[in-house]
Amino acid sequence: MSAQNLTEMLDVREGAPADLVLRRATLLDPVAGIDGVHDLVIRAGRIAELAAPGEADAGDAEELDAEGLHAFPAFFDPHVHLRTPGQEHKEDVETGTRAAAAGGFCGIIAMANTSPPISTAADIAALREQARAQASVPVGFTATVTVGMRGEELTEMVELRQAGAIGFTDDGLPIRSGRIMRRALQYQKLCGGTIALHEEDPELAAGGVMHEGPVSASLGLTGWPSVAESTMIARDAALAAYEQARIHVQHLSATESVEVVRAAKAAGVRISAEASPHHLCLTDEAVRSLDPRRFKMNPPLRAESDRQALIAALRDGTIECIATDHAPHHLDEKEVPFEQAAFGVTGLETAFAALHTELVLPGVIDLGLLVERLAGGAAPFDLPRPTLAPGSEANVALCDLGAEWTVGEDGYESRSSNSWCEGRTLTGRVLVTLAAGQVAFRLRSFSLGVAS
Amino acid sequence: MKNLISIEEVDREAIEAILDRAESFAEVGRRDIKKVPTLRGRTVVTLFYESSTRTSSSFELAAKRLSADLVSVKSAGSSIDKGESLKDTVATLSAYDPAAIVIRHPYAGAAQMVAGWTGAAVVNAGDGKHEHPSQALLDVYTLRRRLGALDGKKIWIVGDVLHSRVARSNLIAFRRMGAEVTLCGPPTLIPRGIEELGCAVTHTLDGIEEADVVYALRMQFERMDDKFVPSLREYAAIYQIDTRRLGPRQLLMHPGPVNRGVEISGEAIDSPQSLIAEQVAAGLVVRMAILYELLAGRPERPAAFGDEAAAEAGAPTIGQPA
Repeated sequence: MSAQNLTEMLDVREGAPADLVLRRATLLDPVAGIDGVHDLVIRAGRIAELAAPGEADAGDAEELDAEGLHAFPAFFDPHVHLRTPGQEHKEDVETGTRAAAAGGFCGIIAMANTSPPISTAADIAALREQARAQASVPVGFTATVTVGMRGEELTEMVELRQAGAIGFTDDGLPIRSGRIMRRALQYQKLCGGTIALHEEDPELAAGGVMHEGPVSASLGLTGWPSVAESTMIARDAALAAYEQARIHVQHLSATESVEVVRAAKAAGVRISAEASPHHLCLTDEAVRSLDPRRFKMNPPLRAESDRQALIAALRDGTIECIATDHAPHHLDEKEVPFEQAAFGVTGLETAFAALHTELVLPGVIDLGLLVERLAGGAAPFDLPRPTLAPGSEANVALCDLGAEWTVGEDGYESRSSNSWCEGRTLTGRVLVTLAAGQVAFRLRSFSLGVAS
Repeated sequence: MKNLISIEEVDREAIEAILDRAESFAEVGRRDIKKVPTLRGRTVVTLFYESSTRTSSSFELAAKRLSADLVSVKSAGSSIDKGESLKDTVATLSAYDPAAIVIRHPYAGAAQMVAGWTGAAVVNAGDGKHEHPSQALLDVYTLRRRLGALDGKKIWIVGDVLHSRVARSNLIAFRRMGAEVTLCGPPTLIPRGIEELGCAVTHTLDGIEEADVVYALRMQFERMDDKFVPSLREYAAIYQIDTRRLGPRQLLMHPGPVNRGVEISGEAIDSPQSLIAEQVAAGLVVRMAILYELLAGRPERPAAFGDEAAAEAGAPTIGQPA
């Protein structure tokens, strides 16, 4: 089951394998124990060697002067909404993967809550074909757990897996019925595939548009309480333990949820968890602006204590990966009063820069941890972790940690502009992304000087 | 002050300035000719996405008493019925170059959004469960006339706080004027964390005799998608303000419309302690004062929003060859 290359299980538009030397790059791959200045040599799309600075023989390969720049294993996002089919005015495979590449991601997993939702093998086959024609970075497609996300009956999970579904999720909606949830977990024994869960008790969270607390009280907005998330995680962790199944909990937002996941892991449950950059950087105080374009998402931004709990969980590994929950929306759905606006913000293009600015620069977490967690999203779906280790497929993000840029100033690669970072000045920018051995992105303004 | 979106943004001095202005309009209201020419030639638009009697009629009458031209749009029977977005409706009405837009909307933040789309002064006449600043001002005005000042007064706000924009705006305004506020209601109708706004919270009427003012809220059935109390009978038994619970020196207020026999008994409404009719009268003069504050000091043409004015200046005058 252990693939060597992302493209064994994901789909990407095939191009020329990269031949590239990053001269004097500062390499950092904590998992592989790589930390230092090297010439990073990429031949035929694979990491050929880490040579002493300035020593590598480039041959015919292009050389980039990477002195003072950082090269990391490229990032992997297990939670992206590509909106196709049905909502291509928000995003599609081409624009979504371009946004991913611009953010330093070498692979993404697309959610199945499209219009209509991805519930059949034919849907999966069509999307994979589209990805092979359009995707800048490898994409894996999930299928829904239940037909049409209605929560009533399971999809043909075996056939979906055979067609190439990378996993299953009804993301956007919880699986309301414990009985259906249990059946999906039982059936997983037959079909495999991680089941990713949007955890929200629809009764407790009914009508909620923001975190329940003093801010919602003062704004007169209906609260979506933390316990609506944690009680569902507790149910599903118990079911996963009972069925010895494997679940991945999406976008953790609350202290109570972290505690449930931590306890489940300690008890040996096969459970993994992600957190989003916006939940790690913002709190419900931002909602005082009543700006739904940047600050309305599901689950909602929570209190400072919740944010701190997420950061602690990121440190101790309770949360093993960062996932953007990139959720593009057209402005028409965001230029309306807060309660009426669509849930969701984009995040692919800003994830690294935002977390670097908000968490690494102030010393909250160190750079190595950020890099590790940004690439941590592959493992929950049995995909190989991007690495700089020689011999592996080239999945590299070259970043300038000192570059300042204002988000949105030059527009977005994504078709939508509902970025939670819109207008912020961030420090740290992705200059080049290599995904599955190909150059997936180069920042237009980055002059590719030939190294001497 | 450019807009009146939230009472949060209005400091005590500005509140007092509006109330003083309202006093002078009250004097005008006692004359035979109740109209002043202050806003002659200006246009005021009222845009109501929710039903209203008091607020809409008092804003409309206030605009007329100030000699403004009035365009009054209600969602029923307008293009809003046909699915026009708020942004497009505001753009359409802004084409008439109004001096002010008074908006009521079922969702929080609507007035603030409108202010970003128009050069007109925007008055929030209620946005969802968020704020109702003109109500807070008229309530402070009513109390100030009766009590002189609110400093140190104890005000209990009783009932459905969860769904009440009046509760939120009044809590802020009463505190800003020096009063101590207690919120009282069933635990299911008090929003979690509201005490951080600087008020006490209690769930029974025990101790209400300490209150100088009892402000009863209406049970907002129209905003409830659920049963928040087991029955109105039980609610009334615990929380109804009646003449037995209301002391002779306590004042009774209610933003209207009242559910008679639910939050207040019929006798209490008609009791001498009741200020409910005075609140309605105050609504007119305070809303005149709000329009005056926002518009009278401003130039005839609010500084062009966008480039319409510039475009207009460059356009050929009608009757001349292009």
